[in-house]
Amino acid sequence: MIKILRYFLRRIAVLFITVAIAVYLTIVIANAGGYIDKLIETEIRMNVAMSIKENPTLQGYTEEQKLKLMESIVKTQLKTKGLDKPFLIRSIYHLKNALTLDLGTAMWMTSDSGSMKVKNIILERLPLTILLFTTATVLIFFINLTLGLKLSQKYGSFLDKLIVYLSPLSVIPGWFYGIFLLLIFYSWLHILPHGGFMDFPPPPTLFEKILSVIRHMILPLLAWLISSIFVGTYSERNFFLIYSTEDYVEVARAKGLPPKDVERKYILRPALPPIITSFALSVISSWMGAIITERIFSWPGLGMVLSQAIGMFDAPVIIGVTVIYAYLLAGTVLLLDFIYAIIDPRVRI
Amino acid sequence: MNEELSIYSLKGIFKEILRYKIGVFSLIIFAFFIVLIIYTIIAIPYDKTISLWNDSQAWLKYPRNAIPVWWGFFTGKNLPKNINLSNKGSLNLISQNPKKIELIYSFNYNYDDFPTEFNIFFKSQYKNEPPILRIFWEKPNKDKIFLLEHQLRSEESTLYLGNETSIEDKLIEYLKSKLEYYPPYSVTVVRGLFVDTSGNLNIEKGEYKLHIEVELKDKDDTITAEPIIYGKVHGIAGTDHLRRPLELALLWGTPIDLSFGLGAAISITLLHLILATISGWFGGKVDSLIQRLTEIYMVLPFLPLMIMISLFYKLTIWKLLFVLIFLSLFGSGVKTQRALVLQVKTLPYIEAAKAYGASNWRIVFLYIIPKILPPVIPNLIISIPAYVFLEAILSIFGVLDPTQPTWGRIIEDAFQNGALYKGYYYWVLEPSFLLILTAVSFALLGFVIDRIVNPRLKEI
Repeated sequence: MIKILRYFLRRIAVLFITVAIAVYLTIVIANAGGYIDKLIETEIRMNVAMSIKENPTLQGYTEEQKLKLMESIVKTQLKTKGLDKPFLIRSIYHLKNALTLDLGTAMWMTSDSGSMKVKNIILERLPLTILLFTTATVLIFFINLTLGLKLSQKYGSFLDKLIVYLSPLSVIPGWFYGIFLLLIFYSWLHILPHGGFMDFPPPPTLFEKILSVIRHMILPLLAWLISSIFVGTYSERNFFLIYSTEDYVEVARAKGLPPKDVERKYILRPALPPIITSFALSVISSWMGAIITERIFSWPGLGMVLSQAIGMFDAPVIIGVTVIYAYLLAGTVLLLDFIYAIIDPRVRI
Repeated sequence: MNEELSIYSLKGIFKEILRYKIGVFSLIIFAFFIVLIIYTIIAIPYDKTISLWNDSQAWLKYPRNAIPVWWGFFTGKNLPKNINLSNKGSLNLISQNPKKIELIYSFNYNYDDFPTEFNIFFKSQYKNEPPILRIFWEKPNKDKIFLLEHQLRSEESTLYLGNETSIEDKLIEYLKSKLEYYPPYSVTVVRGLFVDTSGNLNIEKGEYKLHIEVELKDKDDTITAEPIIYGKVHGIAGTDHLRRPLELALLWGTPIDLSFGLGAAISITLLHLILATISGWFGGKVDSLIQRLTEIYMVLPFLPLMIMISLFYKLTIWKLLFVLIFLSLFGSGVKTQRALVLQVKTLPYIEAAKAYGASNWRIVFLYIIPKILPPVIPNLIISIPAYVFLEAILSIFGVLDPTQPTWGRIIEDAFQNGALYKGYYYWVLEPSFLLILTAVSFALLGFVIDRIVNPRLKEI
């Protein structure tokens, strides 16, 4: 138990350093054009200008004097925030802010509750992204697993051959299938909604609300499923086939164990670790697909925030989303590590 | 295990591909793309395409959102094409003083659907006052309807008949007199001009005539008119919301998208190969540095970073290619290929090379990389579509250079203008079809090569 704990603490530490480096890279890239600095400076300037304008004791000042006063206040504020320092030191300051999710204020966007804080805008949408992504991931994993196992048993059958021949179709990403699903189920058949996550206005009862969300989730989930099912089942079938030719499986069969037991205990168990590994890689890369899928189905998650921020050129939000994605990716890696450690005891040693 | 690391050379692989049906099929598609690219580059020069594509004035005489001609066949209707009347006209002199002329355009309209717009482009030269026009419309049943009187506003001016409500009133008046009741459908100008007098929304087929009486204020004044009846079908690819023919972007999208995908896939795979070989061959600190870097790259939010960079720095697609390569430098390919390197490292011929004193770099570049190149090629080919789709993703997020005509750009335009809601399916399906064709052909080729270089797959 302590071993597992120690293993995970080490993994968390390593991943945190990794996230820090990734976020630092984001900051350096964003700031190579002076973006973050300029944003912060304009924010300070705006606040100072407002406070000077509203300050009644400064009524007698001329415009020139006010401007001078403003400049000096801005300068001291920049100094207190450490923005007069060289970039290397400033970037550390930005890094600290980003890592603690102190992501600043949005330029134009507001969260649904009216807050201008980037943190609120993002965190408000995060659950929806996680809902869609997790459902899709879990669904795909289990469908691929059962189908792959079925196929490996009926190796050489028509369905098996069909899947093998259709596997090249998986190079087409999920969001792209999404366009066609929209064409068929929304534009042509009019039976499913075109996007969003709930009917508007929202239905009165909780049950109907859940039903409405499920209706909106069908198409994005289906799109992802179509794109991953062929190659997913194909590769899992291969893993199962490799393991089902092992001698101990033959022995188990010869002993007369029921086929279900052979399947579960003698083929599935040893095949799981490599399956999880290849699955982990695909999950990590599918975060990228999640962003664009949300855009296609106007699913109001992080991908939509990003796309709205692009439309409004809201730089702090874009940077914030990037930082959050770094955290999400690291979280995914950690979670997969955890699952892997449960399934494969060798990792823990 | 060792002989599985490919006994084939690149040339041998090519010969093997021809033995597979799907291999030949994918090669045929590539041949098609190559022909398309060569045609595009020769027939419509790049600079001209770009300037035309971004010139909103260049396409005024094209219909808006017209579907492709061949697509029209599936509707089972004979849909109207653009009718340009300028060469179907004749000129009558009515009187010399004041100078009055009559332009008469006659044409047959046998389509099953109404046109979309009706504009007349005038060009005139006048001394003091612009000419005054009186426009009449003659139906196949010889009824002549007065449409409107209009004075030109400038030397070059366009009359948008569809926007003139007075014409609408005149046409309703005409229909009411014919039907003896108010027409049961909403009458727009183009409907009123072409509808028959049965009371239903049917086209009256036959010969129509457009009369334009022009009163020129000075005897030296001149006028030419170009009446255009806009259709619902156009060209082989249709037009978009800005009346631009889509084939222009579809054709130029091919070389742009494919070179983006090929460039990205080849350079990224080769760099992965080199890094993996260095990592596997040298081992020690270099190895662990490269391995740690791949772990960092794993949590690098690749797509948001790409979007951020191309949005903040307004990069062209080619500069973005370098960003893409940089952001994929330590991708997961390094890890899988390093495993191959570790296998090759123990082979006798490497031992021999070491024994006669070959340098490290010689072994890396001349002995190891060529050896592990063939098993990597299938992955290279299968990864090409991913980068072509990446172009589309970036276009859909609207962060790519909007002046470049690419497949992704067309999809983005279609999405932005509600193609899915308004039923302009061709607009989405055409670029999608090309994308799918690209993706599937590369995938098939990759699978075939995978079977050739990894013979173990054949057994399963």
